[in-house]
Amino acid sequence: MRFDEEFFNLGYIDRLSYKETFIHNIDARVKLVIVILYIISVISYSKYTVSSLFPFLLIPVLFMTLGEIPVKFVLKRLVVVSPFIFFIAIFNPLLERNIAFYIYGIPINYGTISFISIIIKFVLTVSIIIILVATTSFAGLCYALRYFKIPEIFVNQLLFLYRYIFVLTEEAMRMIRARDMRSFGKKGTELNFYTKLAGSLLVRSINRAERIYYAMLSRGFNGTMPYNRKREANIKDFIFLFAMLLILFFFRFFDPVNIVGKFIERII
Amino acid sequence: MSHHIVKFENVTFKYPDGTEALKGINLLITHGESVGIVGANGSGKTTLLMHLNGYLIPTTGIINIGDIILNKKTRLEIRKKVGVVFQNPDDQLFMPTVYEDVAFGPINMGFDERNVEIKVKSALEIVGCYDLKDKPPHHLSGGQKRAVAIASVIAMEPDILAMDEPSSNLDPKSRRSLINLLKSFSHTKIIASHDLDMILDVCNRCIVIKEGVIVADGPSEVILSNEKLLEENNLELPLSLQKR
Amino acid sequence: MHMADALISPSVGVGFWALSVGGIAYSAKKLKEQMDDKIVPLMGILGAFVFAAQMINFTIPATGSSGHLGGGMLLSILLGPYAGFIVMASILTIQALFFADGGLLALGCNIWNLGFYTSFIAYPLIYKQITKNGKYHFIASLISVVVGLQLGAFSVVLQTFFSGISELPFKTFVMLMQPIHLAIGIVEGIVTAAIIKYVYTIKPEILLTSIPIEKKMKNDTSIKKLILMFAVLTVITGGLLSWFASSNPDGLEWSIEKVYGKPELPEKDSGIVNVLKNIQEKLAILPDYTFKKLEKKEEASEIEKYPNIDIGTSVSGILGALVVLLVAFGTGYIIKTVKRRG
Ligand SMILES: Nc1ncnc2c1ncn2[C@@H]1O[C@H](COP(=O)(O)OP(=O)(O)OP(=O)(O)O)[C@@H](O)[C@H]1O
Ligand SMILES: [Mg+2]
Repeated sequence: MRFDEEFFNLGYIDRLSYKETFIHNIDARVKLVIVILYIISVISYSKYTVSSLFPFLLIPVLFMTLGEIPVKFVLKRLVVVSPFIFFIAIFNPLLERNIAFYIYGIPINYGTISFISIIIKFVLTVSIIIILVATTSFAGLCYALRYFKIPEIFVNQLLFLYRYIFVLTEEAMRMIRARDMRSFGKKGTELNFYTKLAGSLLVRSINRAERIYYAMLSRGFNGTMPYNRKREANIKDFIFLFAMLLILFFFRFFDPVNIVGKFIERII
Repeated sequence: MSHHIVKFENVTFKYPDGTEALKGINLLITHGESVGIVGANGSGKTTLLMHLNGYLIPTTGIINIGDIILNKKTRLEIRKKVGVVFQNPDDQLFMPTVYEDVAFGPINMGFDERNVEIKVKSALEIVGCYDLKDKPPHHLSGGQKRAVAIASVIAMEPDILAMDEPSSNLDPKSRRSLINLLKSFSHTKIIASHDLDMILDVCNRCIVIKEGVIVADGPSEVILSNEKLLEENNLELPLSLQKR
Repeated sequence: MHMADALISPSVGVGFWALSVGGIAYSAKKLKEQMDDKIVPLMGILGAFVFAAQMINFTIPATGSSGHLGGGMLLSILLGPYAGFIVMASILTIQALFFADGGLLALGCNIWNLGFYTSFIAYPLIYKQITKNGKYHFIASLISVVVGLQLGAFSVVLQTFFSGISELPFKTFVMLMQPIHLAIGIVEGIVTAAIIKYVYTIKPEILLTSIPIEKKMKNDTSIKKLILMFAVLTVITGGLLSWFASSNPDGLEWSIEKVYGKPELPEKDSGIVNVLKNIQEKLAILPDYTFKKLEKKEEASEIEKYPNIDIGTSVSGILGALVVLLVAFGTGYIIKTVKRRG
């Protein structure tokens, strides 16, 4: 069942994010900046770029190894997320048929090239996000957002949401199990059942919000949430940031694939 | 200076939908007492506790806590005196980490960073959870959650500690350590529970509520050994008093 | 219909990021002004609720296929447009992070597509209007969900199209997206309405007492102002279009060609334009536009000359203006950030 899977995935990635590795210990702000620049760099290539993208694979791989994130996990997520992008991208080879070049007599059209390019970009951008989340505590990410001046209400909302996703999905799961137990087969997934299930989950949720509000009041809540996590970035963070920026810059503007290719050509 | 820390005079309460949950409660609890509140489901225990720090304001009657009469204006003051631990710790722990959760109260009370740290540390050490301080609440076990919820309340150093079903969902060992913890507190304690053995162990006084009225009030050993009274209120003799 | 990083160009991504952050900041400000403290935990919990409810599938009657709740309209109805928008944005953010649904750069697009139209167009202009007399909630939520989703789907088409990564012709893509989302919208609309109705029947007081309903939509004017503001900005950008396009003769080219009937606009060498141009070149922040020069050698420049696109002139003009609006927003935002840092 999809629900269980997603629920466990959520728990799993959350657990991963509490590991203690070199990557996990890098300041969340640094990681966030690197990841965003990374994504922009990858996306900024023209739609027919293929080979120049390859060096970028190095960074997720590096993060993944240093952060002790299982490759299988990342690959699995990639497969799960891919349908929409695949659906859109598959039109390219069908619609743009101008031949770009021949490989051993097999014609390759521009659409195919751009299709491959999209898929590579997809793999790179999605895996770096998965890795970011798996190597950074969610609270840390939120403080990073706060640091970059994202409105407080929104960041509070993220923290609250994250806190109660686990509680409510668990509650939903218990309700679904009860539903499945009594519904022998498909009847239980009908719209009517869903409405009742979601409706009563909603009622419970609103009641819960009320109780939480009471608990907050009892501890002096006055409208603001005092998250007090001031982490100072240390030398290690700065060195890491600097090194990654250099690498990104080099990848983006010097096309190492080309350099290497030419070098090999000359040797031959 | 009165020693009468909690005083209810003819308190009634009606929920917006018309349910009359309290129908004339009279109650006097003095400094340092520990009082158990028992009764059937829906008898009004939770409703009564919700009055103790002003989440609910009596429909009629007067509540006096530490010489302050409870009303909309004074309830902020009263919340500093009374800490309430709710039935479900998930509702109580709303911050991303244990540390921040326990710090929530002291920060709101205006303490500076260093003092907050001291208070958080001591509260977590009292309940034996200091090691968990960087964990998110959803990584804690039920017993740990309960302990942290208690720490988050005692970090505010209330005079009175009120708890709703503190021992529900705990395994025997966690329950035992909770009981020992409660016994070690010198606060005035008010505990609503169906766990009569715990009440017998922790509280020297016991109150029975039935349909919003107090039907019995006296020393725990006396009340909790009154089989007939207990039966009338959907309760059973504590295991420790049952003859085999 | 989550947009994905790999399908958008950086300028579209950054532009919609700026728009969404702007929307969030505006909503946050509005909320702060009229906020009842109570809404803080309520927003969090309802977000988690929608998140959980989205994960449960249900069978769509008569088709056998399965659907799930989107939740945007439900949130707006329960919390009002500002809080609803922020909650929706937070849900999409968590999905982008934990499920890699969409992506980080595309997050701005997704917040815009799934949050903005529902909270700030469909809710105030349709739901609120129909239910003015406290009646017709069912039909109101049905229609507003459908409209919100249609706008969102169309927005996906625009973003994809202007990013120029996909080869799908505009018309085809529209014909593909709109009907699918009409079906999805009807189902979601019914579910949304049914959930509200169910809660209303079993616990009417919840909708009346637990939720600070009264406070949330007191001044409709602010929403109208917001919409007006965006409209004005779009028009202004039409003007900005000229200098921008002349300094960046690439992706925008075809649409300008359609509008003005010739490939290049007359280059105006007036002072201000040059200054802006210089600044823009120096900062070189929107890689799409500036990086291009570095990769002339690639075959790309040749290919982009034949965009096989065919839509009406007027539409393309507005669309062009829209994209530049986004880019301008992005540039402004970044300049501001850079300044603040420096
Ligand atoms: N929010 C509410 N709105 C209306 N009625 C309520 C509300 N909360 C409780 N009640 C009613 O008030 C009465 C007392 O409820 P209360 O929760 O205080 O009982 P309790 O003794 O704590 O029960 P339990 O042992 O099940 O926890 C019950 O009849 C209950 O249905
Ligand atoms: Mg109770």
